[in-house]
Amino acid sequence: MRQDTKVATRTEDFAGAEASPAGGNSPAAAVSVRGLEHSYGELRAIDRCDLEVPAHGVLGIVGPSGCGKSTLLELISGLQQPGAGEVEVGGARDRGGRLARCAFMPQRDMLLPWLAAIDNAALALRNRGVRRGPARKEVGRLFERFGLAGFERARPAELSGGMRQRVAFLRTLVSGKPVLALDEPFASLDAITRAEMQGWLAGALKADPRTVVLVTHDVEEALYLSDRVAVLSSRPARVVEQLSAPAPRAPDRDAAVTTTEFVAVRERAMAALHRGSR
Amino acid sequence: MKRWALPGLVLAALIGLWQVAASSGALASVLGLEDFLVPSPAEIASALWENRSLLAENAWVTLQEILLGFLCGLAAGLGFAVLLRLSNTLRRAFYPLMVASQAIPILVIAPILLVWFGFGIGPKLAVVALICFFPIAVNAADGLRSVDPEATKMMRTLDASRWQVLWRVEAPTALPFVFSGARIAATFAPIAAIFGEWVGADSGLGVLIRLDSAQLETARMFAAAAVLTAIALGLFGLLALAERRIVTWR
Repeated sequence: MRQDTKVATRTEDFAGAEASPAGGNSPAAAVSVRGLEHSYGELRAIDRCDLEVPAHGVLGIVGPSGCGKSTLLELISGLQQPGAGEVEVGGARDRGGRLARCAFMPQRDMLLPWLAAIDNAALALRNRGVRRGPARKEVGRLFERFGLAGFERARPAELSGGMRQRVAFLRTLVSGKPVLALDEPFASLDAITRAEMQGWLAGALKADPRTVVLVTHDVEEALYLSDRVAVLSSRPARVVEQLSAPAPRAPDRDAAVTTTEFVAVRERAMAALHRGSR
Repeated sequence: MKRWALPGLVLAALIGLWQVAASSGALASVLGLEDFLVPSPAEIASALWENRSLLAENAWVTLQEILLGFLCGLAAGLGFAVLLRLSNTLRRAFYPLMVASQAIPILVIAPILLVWFGFGIGPKLAVVALICFFPIAVNAADGLRSVDPEATKMMRTLDASRWQVLWRVEAPTALPFVFSGARIAATFAPIAAIFGEWVGADSGLGVLIRLDSAQLETARMFAAAAVLTAIALGLFGLLALAERRIVTWR
């Protein structure tokens, strides 16, 4: 039976709460991508990308389906090594260093169905050798902040889509990595939940700033959550245009995305998308 | 419990029919056999009771062969599957051999084991283990292969070592598959044990059945077969129970 809880979406809900374990106080890391090229055998996936994300900055990446956005994210987070070019995360250029500094959140929440929500969220700690009791205690404190109070022992199958995404987020944040690589985190949610989750993420990042690279097919989402948005072309991906978002993570999401300024930037982004898709 | 009402009724009806047909002599004349060769359920039941200690002794021997052989096959199957998962080279080398090994008839292996190791429990154990090994190994290997690569990626960015990925993600994913294989193995284990006994043993239900067959002690033969069936069902039931307790997410 699916259950759901109201998402805490106001910044005040997060303000004053202590930083997540090793998260808010971890050394901030910047991400730098220079001359990135990558192929899968014959198939050219990425064709010269240059991107910069300052520490605690949020970079949104939009592009047509199959353009290589996910590949780009995996290259950044150290899951793959680029064919050519350089990726630097928090000063580390080698794959192991990037892997250590990035927490990658895959498109599907990938919650392990045999673990309770709290054990899923605590995975990073368990992998580091923290015993189950202390790990649960440390993670449990955050469940309330994420609007998941009372669902610590629930299995993923008992949670709604929005709640599972929040547990997946919690798992990503608990890893304490300075860089979050989010691959279409809200793609599987309905429009209303998605809007709620965007407001929620904005608040979470205000309370616990990280460097974020966010891949999404939703232009509006990218423009709302990011400081800057890079528009990619269709495969092989290259950066068509980079835009500055007018009001990144503004407290009132619904108001922010309807201002004239926002709409204008969105038009520009859509135009760039179309240009890159031809 | 309600589920068993209807099949139980059918079973009772069949047994009742059998009882009537056998005790009236109708069954024997239809089959063209002597009366005592076609025992009725009542005769089987009384043979079961009269020979209860003999049956129990032999059942215990066969049970040990089945259980221990099954556990050995389980351990070998799981170990093999994990090894093949961890090393691509080993998998390429041994998976085809594993499949080919099933073509070797147990009929050939059992007598060889007898010649080598004699009448102890060893050869029977080996036969049961060999029969149980393949379905478990194949299913476990398939289960391990079915892991979602996205889950592995997620674990890698959460600082998981290879061993942790195996233990936390791959093993639980493979569990339902392992139980499928175990169920198949459990079906064959009693057959393998009996066969092992027929090739060379001095005790066990298989030995008893063969002796009774030679002496035309048909009622006791059926009784021994009934005990064997009960053992097989018990093993099956134990596995189902274990699966229900362990695999709680499907």
